[in-house]
Amino acid sequence: MTSASETVLAIADLCVCVRGEESEREVVSNLSLTLGRGETLCIAGESGSGKSMTALAIMRLLPQPAARISSGAIHLGGTELTTLDERRMRHIRGNRIAMIFQEPMTSLNPVLSIGRQLTESIEAHTGLSRAEARQRAVEALTAVRIPGAESRLRQFPHELSGGMRQRVMIAMALALEPDVLIADEPTTALDVTVQGEVLELLRDLQQKHGTSVILITHDMGVVAEMADRVIIMRHGSMVEEGATSDIFARPQADYTRELLAAVPRIGKRRDPDSALAPSAVASTSSSPPRGEGGPQGRMRGPSAEHSVPVAVVNDLHVRFDLRGGVFGRVNARVHAVEGVSFSIAPNETLALVGESGCGKSTTAKALAGLVPYSGDIVVGGRNLSGLGRDERKAVRRDVQMIFQDPYASLDPRMRVGDLVAEPLVIHGIASKEERRERVAALFDRVGLSAGQMELYPHEFSGGQRQRVCIARALALRPKLIIADESVSALDVSVQARVLDLLQELQREFGVAYLFISHDMAVVENISDRVAVMYLGQIVEMGTRDQVFSSPRHPYTKRLIEAVPVPDPARRRSRFARLDQEIPSATRRIGEAPLKLALSDVGNGHLVAAEG
Amino acid sequence: MIAYLGRRLIQSLLILLGVSLITFALLYLLPADPVRQIAGRSATPQTVENIRQQLGLDQPFVVQYWHYLTRLVSGDLGRSYIQRSEVTELIVSRLPASLLLMAGAILCELLIGLSMGLIAAVKRGTATDQTLMVASFVGVSAPQFVVGLLLLYVFAVRLSWFPIGGYGTWRHLVLPSLTMGILGAGWYARMMRSSMIDVLRQDYVRTARAKGLARGAILFRHALPNAILPVIAMIGIDIGIFMGGIVVVESVFGWPGIGQLAWQAIQRVDIPIIMGVTLVSAFAIVLGNLLADIIAPFIDPRIKLR
Repeated sequence: MTSASETVLAIADLCVCVRGEESEREVVSNLSLTLGRGETLCIAGESGSGKSMTALAIMRLLPQPAARISSGAIHLGGTELTTLDERRMRHIRGNRIAMIFQEPMTSLNPVLSIGRQLTESIEAHTGLSRAEARQRAVEALTAVRIPGAESRLRQFPHELSGGMRQRVMIAMALALEPDVLIADEPTTALDVTVQGEVLELLRDLQQKHGTSVILITHDMGVVAEMADRVIIMRHGSMVEEGATSDIFARPQADYTRELLAAVPRIGKRRDPDSALAPSAVASTSSSPPRGEGGPQGRMRGPSAEHSVPVAVVNDLHVRFDLRGGVFGRVNARVHAVEGVSFSIAPNETLALVGESGCGKSTTAKALAGLVPYSGDIVVGGRNLSGLGRDERKAVRRDVQMIFQDPYASLDPRMRVGDLVAEPLVIHGIASKEERRERVAALFDRVGLSAGQMELYPHEFSGGQRQRVCIARALALRPKLIIADESVSALDVSVQARVLDLLQELQREFGVAYLFISHDMAVVENISDRVAVMYLGQIVEMGTRDQVFSSPRHPYTKRLIEAVPVPDPARRRSRFARLDQEIPSATRRIGEAPLKLALSDVGNGHLVAAEG
Repeated sequence: MIAYLGRRLIQSLLILLGVSLITFALLYLLPADPVRQIAGRSATPQTVENIRQQLGLDQPFVVQYWHYLTRLVSGDLGRSYIQRSEVTELIVSRLPASLLLMAGAILCELLIGLSMGLIAAVKRGTATDQTLMVASFVGVSAPQFVVGLLLLYVFAVRLSWFPIGGYGTWRHLVLPSLTMGILGAGWYARMMRSSMIDVLRQDYVRTARAKGLARGAILFRHALPNAILPVIAMIGIDIGIFMGGIVVVESVFGWPGIGQLAWQAIQRVDIPIIMGVTLVSAFAIVLGNLLADIIAPFIDPRIKLR
């Protein structure tokens, strides 16, 4: 399939400019590439590398009027695209070059049925009648393995899951059998198990139709899994180009080497220190553990209080009521968290993993006191439910959160120094001068300078903003920090540095982390213990080695297997395929879900019986 | 759906009850004396007192309101103090004219407002956009009686395209509808523009373009239904604004609707008519909002009536 003899698409010296406030900035510089028939070319790079701009330039869909192709040529077969008028370009889009986007949730029109959105492009590019177009649409949906294609035509996007929507997008793109398919981060917004299926589907369809694919991604795992050839981009320029196996085995450019080194891999912890840290944290049984403490071999604070767990969660339930009827009575409930129990020792990192909707973030919110819950949450030896308002506020000081989107979690109208000082103000700690000093020290500690305290959030990069959030979380010297997908939105190289920082801070302050993530590789790198959640319950919990080296529950196995490995030599021929979608956690009143019983399979490795 | 309608109906009745109580209380507290208006200046105190008793206006507030409510339940809005006829009859005879005017006004404001907003959004940042937005601003800020008189002068007096006033043919309808519609058109133009600009930035519009659809299909099939949703919610609220405008516009154009009726009644403190018109207006507003909410799910399948 790699016979790149016939060139389908050729780009020569492409430059794309974006008009800024003062001057024009080049976001793609002198990019040249060729794409052979049936070939998969991956354009990989971190945010701001110009990879998406390149894709939009090929489609001539650059955001108007700010961005434009300033020079260069794009040849599709014998047609030069950069000079084509809009009417003829329209005939190329969707017909000869199709594109799928990152966000399946927003890429389909919410008010039009799936059928309408599929048939309209077929009708626009072929002379087919509506009935024939409909037939073609059904075939396209069947080809992307959507069950019951005929009845799906009448559904609307909001009735489908993210994975299903992305399949609809693929069906839409491939219905007209284009020469080139551009997929811009097609699986980034999807859960890992769904990602595997979608990637396999793309590969299958490509082989069947001989479509040439440009796959844009930041994920080196996806690159290794899919690409024949790779282009690494940085700051708008090509850094390196080559066959996939060469790039991974013998990267030439420094940047490529750095990028590959930063990729988190299952089975390889980056932190040399923690290799010494075996998992002695086996908290046996679901009762609050005695806690032999965190991993040995780590630096400890002078206090001996590590025998007391920082937080114990026992039989936690979080349910959201859904109302209906004339009098707005509760007629259904979302069982977001169902009987979750765990404990976190000082200095320990417990990772909570699972796919979207499994209840991991809700568990975190309950622990931080942000959603009403039932069950017991004990922080620093005190049960939160028995406390009054003021006492609870005092306890809450010990639990701080870092969120996924650092930009959204910082008030854009406040200086970052004030943002970091705010927790101190709220809890009435320290005088104004002392606060300033403490904030300056925190800035220094998280790798920012005290001079940056006067700046606003938009003046920082994504990684720096997350450092500000970390400083804010540290301000109250908490015992537990909840990191909810805190590195998911960051580029891998930045992600690696932030993870390092988190581990350093743990060694220094002895803080415990509840690390919530969907990314198995990151979890494997940072955690001491891992709890796997599925539909609001923990299905497996144990030390990192127990869970990753000998996973017992089928769901855990599937999660680990689904992660694309950043090594083209270990490319899988088949992904584990999910037979059905994850069921909904919404249930009618009185239909409580079956509670899974966890049993110890040895050394505190808890596994739920298969249900 | 039926449960939803049931709940909304109960809500609506409570709203109408509230409106009736507040209006009744305001009229009771009014320093103007309706009995004086009826009896005339030369009437003796005895006559005035007799009329007061006759109308039950000497009773305490609670009793008066209770009487009014009990009659209201059986559909009786009372008798006009001045015109000596049933309020229900007066309103029913004048309502069609007002409804016609309202329909004309809504048509005007939607046609003018939505197309202005649409064009401005598509031509965003150009001279066309700026011109349209200035025009919409003028429309929003110009007082209705000024607009009405201006339109009358130009199109009726100078150009003689339309009659100066009155009621009967479609020609009579044009100028009053325009006068009422221009205010709303200004609002809708601005709302539609910002809503449309927002929608044109959405990912699904980019998808539609990536599919190679024609401009018209992208604009009218993909963008417009999404952009129009917030505007539809406005129409319900708008009916309330119309009720205010109708008093002015009907007077300027001599349009025999309930606005004119209300205007005359207010001048003579004819409480039953004022109450009746207020309740009918409140009912129209409640109904308009309900209709807007019922229409929304037909455009956006994500909206479920619960």
